[in-house]
Amino acid sequence: MLVVLCIIVAVLNPLFLSVTNLQNTARLVGMFGIFSIGVGVVIITGGIDLSVGSLFALFGVLLSFMLMSWGWPWPLAIAAILLIAVAVGIFHGFLVTKINLQSFIVTLCGLLFYRGLARYIAEDQTMGFGYCTGFETLQKLTTGQVLGVPMPFVLLIIISFIMWVVLHRSVYGRYLFAVGRNEEAARFSGINTSLVIASSYVVSALMAGIGAILLAFYTNSISPSSHGNFYELYAIAAAVLGGCSLRGGEGSVIGIVIGAALLQVLQNLVNLLGIPSSLNFAVMGTVILIGVITDQILSHRKAKS
Amino acid sequence: MTAETQLLEMQGIAKSFPGVKALDKVDLAVYPGEVVALIGENGAGKSTLMNILGGVVSPDSGTIRINGQIVVIKNVSDAIKLGIGFIHQELNILDNLSIAGNIFLGREPTWLGFLKLINRRRIRTETEPYLQQLGLNLPANAVLSEISIAQRQMVEVAKALSLNARLLIMDEPTSSLSLSETKRLFDVIRRLRSQGVSIIYISHRLAEVKECADRVVGLRDGFNAGSLEHDKITHDNMVRLMIGRKLEDFFVSPKAPSKDGYFCVSDLATQRYPHHKITFEASRGEILGFAGLVGAGRTEMAHAIFGVETPTGGSVSIGQKKVKIRCAGDAIENGIYLVPEDRRKSGLVTDMTFRENITLPDLNSYASFGLIQHKRETCVAEKQCEKLKIKLASVETLVKNLSGGTQQKVVLAKWLALKPKVIIFDEPTRGIDIGSKAEIYHLMRGLADNGVVIVMISSDMEEILGVSDRIAVMHEGQITGILSRDKFEEEAVMRLAVGQKSWPGNKNN
Repeated sequence: MLVVLCIIVAVLNPLFLSVTNLQNTARLVGMFGIFSIGVGVVIITGGIDLSVGSLFALFGVLLSFMLMSWGWPWPLAIAAILLIAVAVGIFHGFLVTKINLQSFIVTLCGLLFYRGLARYIAEDQTMGFGYCTGFETLQKLTTGQVLGVPMPFVLLIIISFIMWVVLHRSVYGRYLFAVGRNEEAARFSGINTSLVIASSYVVSALMAGIGAILLAFYTNSISPSSHGNFYELYAIAAAVLGGCSLRGGEGSVIGIVIGAALLQVLQNLVNLLGIPSSLNFAVMGTVILIGVITDQILSHRKAKS
Repeated sequence: MTAETQLLEMQGIAKSFPGVKALDKVDLAVYPGEVVALIGENGAGKSTLMNILGGVVSPDSGTIRINGQIVVIKNVSDAIKLGIGFIHQELNILDNLSIAGNIFLGREPTWLGFLKLINRRRIRTETEPYLQQLGLNLPANAVLSEISIAQRQMVEVAKALSLNARLLIMDEPTSSLSLSETKRLFDVIRRLRSQGVSIIYISHRLAEVKECADRVVGLRDGFNAGSLEHDKITHDNMVRLMIGRKLEDFFVSPKAPSKDGYFCVSDLATQRYPHHKITFEASRGEILGFAGLVGAGRTEMAHAIFGVETPTGGSVSIGQKKVKIRCAGDAIENGIYLVPEDRRKSGLVTDMTFRENITLPDLNSYASFGLIQHKRETCVAEKQCEKLKIKLASVETLVKNLSGGTQQKVVLAKWLALKPKVIIFDEPTRGIDIGSKAEIYHLMRGLADNGVVIVMISSDMEEILGVSDRIAVMHEGQITGILSRDKFEEEAVMRLAVGQKSWPGNKNN
């Protein structure tokens, strides 16, 4: 489906194949792919994570403060952001598994809270990194290229390979799927299901942390009220398009990455074909719906035969 | 009796599903006020036949007569109009509505014209006679979620009666009832029979069939296997009817087990009965049965021992050594395994393959550096498959595609791939056909003979008396008595189950 879509776009507008456009699309695919994998892991356990978009704003604002106002060395700032991300994930996991709250509610509160916190800290001012004096290395690492391939995409390849091994080859991955399919039976088989579920929120928040750093440098302008808005929905859409079931227990890393890429190419198509950008969401909604319906029909047929 | 008096006559009913001939020219007749038990192994065609009668599926050929008139039952509402009430194993009632609301669901009398407000008073007053008819002492506005499963079942019966049912189909009505509730159900069945209502009763529990049926009809592989009149209804005859041969060793007679008190539970208290303590010991080679009413705290006890529920006190020891169990992982490490009551819900991840289910409890031993070694998994899965004689297309078969009996064997295979010291079986043969039952009893006895302690919780009286070496009877979170084999008696178990520790004629007195 992704290949078909790329060909269609390329035929309709050869600009799609221009180096600049491909690089830019790859950059976006990289960023969206990384945090989509995180959200996908939560979805595989049967949960949902709505907080990632707001985390982008919060992490972006914090990163800007650390580097620009407080003058922290960049490795320390990065470590701090990722550490906070892990803490946020542990907090979500704790609420879901120990207090038995529904993940939708926990992360919905997170969505509201982190956005509000970001705006408060930044006093609703747009933040940025100026010319990145003092942390040019970090800027290169996040926005640079390796052999013409943008860094976010390189990172996505590395991360998706690691996550593929974890999800589809490791004991932990099998536990994730088992818990997503039947938590009780998994618990009765001696699996510490609370730990497995909680850990998925840590993975998601950590991926959101990495994504947030990439996105912050990509835009270099973080307006706390809109930065990362709706991104959690892109991630959920990517996961669903990639074959995850919101009921849990289904999905694959490759599927999620393809789903994320599909959404970005689609967005690119809207831009390149001169479709009014106000229709952007409508186009995406339609395509996701068609994708899911096709999948439903195909799997129904498969079950019959 | 002549044909004119027959309430129902099904003749030459045939039905094929893709790949299977479910029914082949089956006949069934029911007279007014008669209780006919329909027996047969899983897959014998009982459900299909009843689904045809209830309008759920339509037959390929054959005729159905009600009171001598040929009828065509195309759908469920046709069946209801003809006075056929189908009480399914899984109850079809809404537990957020009241009794009256359930009985009149979909045909509520209304008032205030087009506003169509429900006439609550009328449905209440019209419900009450049906409750009285069934001897159900509950207010019509009691909410379903607040009454017991047995009472909910009665609500289904009341609903059928309110629809003028003259023939009730009861599919495994006792599968989730306790012993005393079962007795109550039989009272209701007798009462309905005296009022002229006919009942088709489907059950795997032959003792129950013996108690309530006027006539037994057996099905085997989609054929009529014959029928038994009232005085011919015996356990042996019914088994012969179902499987076509005599099951000599249906229950395996026990050896005299050692008395080493290997597995010891002391002062265990569960969250449901925090003030009642459970103490017992079981020896290697022994099958210790746990009888009692539903809600006696047996499952909670099993869950507490296995670590899936936190006990409020007490300790467990194996071979004089205390073991600390805080989660199922701890229990498994110590060789204590549970074959749970609901295998689809808690025993197996049914959407996973046989292989994945087998290796799940001990996945780390199939992995190097956290990565699962596929070959090692497959090897063990195939070995288990062979050892327990599980018929599978391949070890990659999804567990949800297997029959109930096979699934239960998969749960066992999963534990037997480890090193069992104690296995707790919670209702091991519920909903399993008689052939698989015998196999599971053999497996249990075989394990016991190899030095495993077997704890078996069962609400099936025949099973508890036939399989156990000793029987512990529980009542409201406490063991009211432990019977040795020479004291086995249905009455003794029943009395202990209702909390009566002494009674006239008790040999223990």
